[in-house]
Amino acid sequence: MKALGIILAGGNNSRMQELSNKRAIAAMPVGGSYRCIDFALSNMSNSHIQRVAVLTQYNARSLNEHLSSSKWWDFGRKQGGLYVFNPTVTSDNAWWYRGTADAMLRNIDFLKRSHEPYVIIASGDCVYKMDYNKVLEFHIEKKADITIVCKDMPMEEDVSRFGVVRMNEDSRIVEFEEKPMIAQSNTISAGIYVIRRRQLIEMLERSAEENRYDFVNDILIRYKNMKRIYGYKIEEYWNNISTVESYYQTNMDFLKPEVRKYFRDEPKIYSKVDDLPPAKYNVGSDVRNSLVSSGCIINSKVENSVLFKKVFVGKNCVIKNSIILNDVYIGDNTHIENCIVESRDTLRANTFFSGGDGIKVVYEHNERYVI
Amino acid sequence: MIRKEMIAMLLAGGQGSRLGVLTSDVAKPAVAFGGKYRIIDFPLSNCVNSGIDTVGVLTQYQPLRLNTHIGIGIPWDLDRNHGGVTVLPPYEKSDNSEWYSGTANAIYQNLNYIDSYQPEYVLILSGDHIYKMNYEVMLDFHKENNADVTIAAMPVPWEEASRFGLVITDENKQITEFEEKPANPRSNLASMGIYIFNWSVLREALVTMSEQSNCDFGKHIIPYCRENGRRLFAYEYNGYWKDVGTLGSYWEANMELIDLIPEFNLYEEYWKIYTNSDTIEPQYISADAVTERCIIGEGSEIYGQVYGSVIGAGVVIGKNTVVRDSIIMQDTVIGDNVIIDKAIVAENVSIGNNVELGVGEPAENKLNKSVYSFGLVTIGENSVVPSGVKVGKNTAIAGKTTKEDYPEGLLAGGESIIKAGDIL
Repeated sequence: MKALGIILAGGNNSRMQELSNKRAIAAMPVGGSYRCIDFALSNMSNSHIQRVAVLTQYNARSLNEHLSSSKWWDFGRKQGGLYVFNPTVTSDNAWWYRGTADAMLRNIDFLKRSHEPYVIIASGDCVYKMDYNKVLEFHIEKKADITIVCKDMPMEEDVSRFGVVRMNEDSRIVEFEEKPMIAQSNTISAGIYVIRRRQLIEMLERSAEENRYDFVNDILIRYKNMKRIYGYKIEEYWNNISTVESYYQTNMDFLKPEVRKYFRDEPKIYSKVDDLPPAKYNVGSDVRNSLVSSGCIINSKVENSVLFKKVFVGKNCVIKNSIILNDVYIGDNTHIENCIVESRDTLRANTFFSGGDGIKVVYEHNERYVI
Repeated sequence: MIRKEMIAMLLAGGQGSRLGVLTSDVAKPAVAFGGKYRIIDFPLSNCVNSGIDTVGVLTQYQPLRLNTHIGIGIPWDLDRNHGGVTVLPPYEKSDNSEWYSGTANAIYQNLNYIDSYQPEYVLILSGDHIYKMNYEVMLDFHKENNADVTIAAMPVPWEEASRFGLVITDENKQITEFEEKPANPRSNLASMGIYIFNWSVLREALVTMSEQSNCDFGKHIIPYCRENGRRLFAYEYNGYWKDVGTLGSYWEANMELIDLIPEFNLYEEYWKIYTNSDTIEPQYISADAVTERCIIGEGSEIYGQVYGSVIGAGVVIGKNTVVRDSIIMQDTVIGDNVIIDKAIVAENVSIGNNVELGVGEPAENKLNKSVYSFGLVTIGENSVVPSGVKVGKNTAIAGKTTKEDYPEGLLAGGESIIKAGDIL
């Protein structure tokens, strides 16, 4: 038990459009059966990190519900456990978390009372698999103060929504720009950090004295030249959910056999179990190149799409290139193309939805009549 | 110890030999059902849904899969501080150590377990039926009638009544007589093997009958209670109930789930069936796959065509393969260009390419014609079927078979290849 874990799950992003109205990004459903935070949580669990704190703030209801029991990720233990920290009013502080560093500072007792020498900080909005012990080994070997997990993005990708880093040949980070106008490299920060626990406490307390509250800007970038900050490259699948497009793309990635296999192989990604019956295909169902989750009932055409749990597809529908989130009812003769349909939605019969060249987020607010 | 009003004892030790190679390595209650479940999930889920939080599961025959499946009962919320699920295998005693020799004997050997909860009532269940039932309602009936024993019974068609153990009741549902498979039935209420006993009554009967060999509920305990003037009542149940004791009825019960609105509906919200599954991923249906009238479990990858079948979790069905009217259990991998017609393929089976299952005319099975009939091909778990072979109807395969086992590449109808398991 060399490290404890902190998962930053408080964030929201306006570029998620209506999808973020309902929940924090960390609670976004991913890949048919997961929630975004399951990846960071499972990685922690599979890396034998036993004490994990989740820091929430923005619209945490859905997230709290998902985390209501820690047993799915094997954190229901006497040694360690899963801690969910929502912002609270205290005698000396009535603010919401003013940034990621502030969020950690306000729970500094958790850090101070722990005994693990290191802290793994991960964000709750990334989809990846990682053994954090490998990063920790690298961190120790490099005698780093902070290690940032980095990812080389494809050259053509616009990286201006990420933190962009440049490393020297020894993997030391020499430049770090948060959301640059013009990126100097295509290596980005994957939002996963390793730091010594005492070092973190010291940095957080010092930043607070200067009224600085953001971990990236006020700690990583500010200390870039003073402290030994190293970059550890993740070569495998990694994706970040921060825009509707990236959300759509991440889900569609699961249609690729190699991505599915990667996440399916051991160590596994765990999630809350829903106890739904297997998917059912009735007469008229015509499903092609799609993912279908448990509890679905399908009566018509589904193509190049991802159906989350408990989706009902009526007769003579066409669903194409779309993502249907959990518990959606789709009435007969409905056409859906290039859309993301929000969870628990009810789409009336004979309706037409198309995202055109882009992706449309559909949320109809219809009443559902249950027989 | 906190007192429990009613606890359940679930008899799960039977082999279920009429399921042939399906139960050669696992107890019948642990056999997969409906693309996701195991048979024991139904009584266990009924227990928690009826508010019974203390369940003793009596195991004996091949309990490994059952033990792994039940664990500490997390999927059924039966991991409790007081009560919860307890697996009760036979154990060694200072004087006479014996196996469970009958259903009632198994309960008798666990008197201490039941006594430790000081229950008012004990519910006796068997682990091999598919149904949803609220035992709380049955208990209310039991109390209302001030009964000593209540037996759940269901009306069966009169023409089939002579195949069942029947109860004959008066107008108040009090049982006056029993008939075991009578030629001329006087009642069509068949006993379902579900009993509620006043614990004091059952305890007394078990202790008195303890010398009875192969002590059984239907054969010994119930008649004993009747002869001693106990109040026996029949609780009439009118929902779906299926004994999946034979390969035919097992296959049929699975196939019924595929109906547009099945009589036994797993999709109802208010009576969930819980199970222990390690696969949670969605299933993938490829661009050239066809899936019609079927149910498919989590994490399966379908590249071929599936019609009228029940497919378990983590199954791979290769390209150009056609699966029709079959049950494929979890983690089985089927190659390309395979034709499967009316087969039951157990867990973790590997079927090569260009295989045909269910060819030709049905012939009587030479190994055991009463087990392997119904025109089915039955393949036991962990079996291997090599590429390029054909298999006829009413056949059974168990174990890792190679090309040499199939004369001229064919296992003719009625033949069997048994290379693994207890039943030889």
